[in-house]
Amino acid sequence: MRNKATSLSWIEFLITRLVKASGYSAIVFVGLIFFFLMGEGLPALAETSLSSLLSTRWYPIEGYYGLLPLIGGSLVVTLGATLVAVPVGIGTAVFISEIAPRWLREILKPLVEVLGGFPSVVLGFLGVLVLSPFLREFLGLPTGLTALAGSLLLGGIAIPTVVSVAEDALDAVPRSYRDAALALGATQWQTIWRVTLPAARSGVLTAVMLGVGRAIGETMAVMMVTGNAPVLRLGLEALFMPTRTMTATIAAEMGEVANGSEHYHVLFLIGIALFLISLAINVTASALVFRQHKRSERILS
Amino acid sequence: MTAEPMTPAPRMARATSSASRLRVQKIGFGLLGLLAALTVLPIIAVVVYMIVQGAPAISWEFLTGFPREGMRAGGIWPAIVGTFFLTLGTAIFAVPLGIGAAIYLSEYASENRWTRLIRIAIINLAGIPSVVYGLFGMGLFVLFLNFGTSILAGSLTLSIMTLPVIISTTEEALRAVPQSFRVVSISLGGTRWQTIWRIVLPQSLPGILTGVILGLERAAGETAPILFTVAAFFLPRLPHSPLDATMALPYHLFVISTQVPGMPVQIQYGTALVLLAFVLSMNIIATVIRSRARKRRQW
Repeated sequence: MRNKATSLSWIEFLITRLVKASGYSAIVFVGLIFFFLMGEGLPALAETSLSSLLSTRWYPIEGYYGLLPLIGGSLVVTLGATLVAVPVGIGTAVFISEIAPRWLREILKPLVEVLGGFPSVVLGFLGVLVLSPFLREFLGLPTGLTALAGSLLLGGIAIPTVVSVAEDALDAVPRSYRDAALALGATQWQTIWRVTLPAARSGVLTAVMLGVGRAIGETMAVMMVTGNAPVLRLGLEALFMPTRTMTATIAAEMGEVANGSEHYHVLFLIGIALFLISLAINVTASALVFRQHKRSERILS
Repeated sequence: MTAEPMTPAPRMARATSSASRLRVQKIGFGLLGLLAALTVLPIIAVVVYMIVQGAPAISWEFLTGFPREGMRAGGIWPAIVGTFFLTLGTAIFAVPLGIGAAIYLSEYASENRWTRLIRIAIINLAGIPSVVYGLFGMGLFVLFLNFGTSILAGSLTLSIMTLPVIISTTEEALRAVPQSFRVVSISLGGTRWQTIWRIVLPQSLPGILTGVILGLERAAGETAPILFTVAAFFLPRLPHSPLDATMALPYHLFVISTQVPGMPVQIQYGTALVLLAFVLSMNIIATVIRSRARKRRQW
């Protein structure tokens, strides 16, 4: 390597360095984000007692920083979104990759990408103007700005992620698996259900996880339609009440907070939690994909 | 989840007649088709609805005028200009860095522990919630580096968020160029960088463009990262320098649909339609570039 490098012109050398530096910049940025969040968020643990943070009252003006209502809100909305996005997303992926004729696939795939490109604020806007009045009328609720409205919107936002990752996983299943099943007399349906899907299961699981990650991290749409009520509610009725997620709390309150105050630090602490959740989801998901590659290599060799 | 995929064979044999198996298949396919329709029909419905509701608001005055009467009348020109500059600023930072990183991963890096770390970092950047980028951008660019709420701070925040999209699509495009192209160039005496610059990059240009546009599309439509880094609630003048705050379309839509009472619905729909059109036209351009390149590709 060293020998080669010395024989190159200095432009070549410089460019190699620049290219390498931009490669490593990804690590630098993740590190920067992590340390910055830590630096601004960890002081909250010193200023606010743990028992206060784990209480059920979020009322920053009077110094109540209980995170449980926000965590609960994120859980309820994300769970609802998952229940929408997983069956619909995986069903769509199977339909596109296994059933749809070629011409239909060429229409469906770009359409799903279009959904992926929708700005979430536009969906939130439609949620406020169309979806939540509809839910209020239809279900007879006092307000349509509920966790349910958030779940439905977030489900829609997570669907493109689930579809594209699950479809890649189904595409990666070797043709010979399907041929073998069909040759044994299985119908196409049995082949999908008992051979193709199980063979692609780690990829499908990755799709589900990334969809959940997308839902937890979504901010604008969910802030606009869930009614901004940081109150802890459990059980099924939580779905039909206003709520407030972790992401929405940061977005709604950071603008009005004094730099360096207790409130400011607690909001960064929520940011740390979101960062760590997405870190856990993404590392696990990429490890799953990695394992799948290993496994198929083992089978094929 | 531990069952091997091949074991259910005996159960298949138990299925009674081929007629009932085909009936199951029909129901199953119908169900999957329904789920696909559930995904796709709302998308079409939303686009059509937005056009129908928003189109009457669109006029020359609306697109090029300044907001008046507390944003309840007039146009959205400052927001359009702001979003344009933010997208441009994001491109200036993210495109060279993203393509450079992709070149490193595809052409230079060997598969070692550091490369794997870079890949994990990219995956993580892609997964970080947009509002966390907003927090980070505020902490680092607005406060620590003292850029203030400005186009510069917002563009930098958005570029880090956009980076993973650009890196992964560009790397894919670079890897799609056959190895033999590189071998021939090197054997003719080309250096590694000459090979990349004259052979690999031109061949993968459509793929790179697609990735860049998709990344910028995301930046143009995002609201959460610019909430605390750029966005001005109401600023009826155009920015003069990268250190100015500015209005931006996504944030403006958020403001007029939740923060301003008595907002005429037509202006809201008009603004939403302009944003949607801006973003979706980028999406369509990317799709067209990709499909045309696929058809023309000879390898």
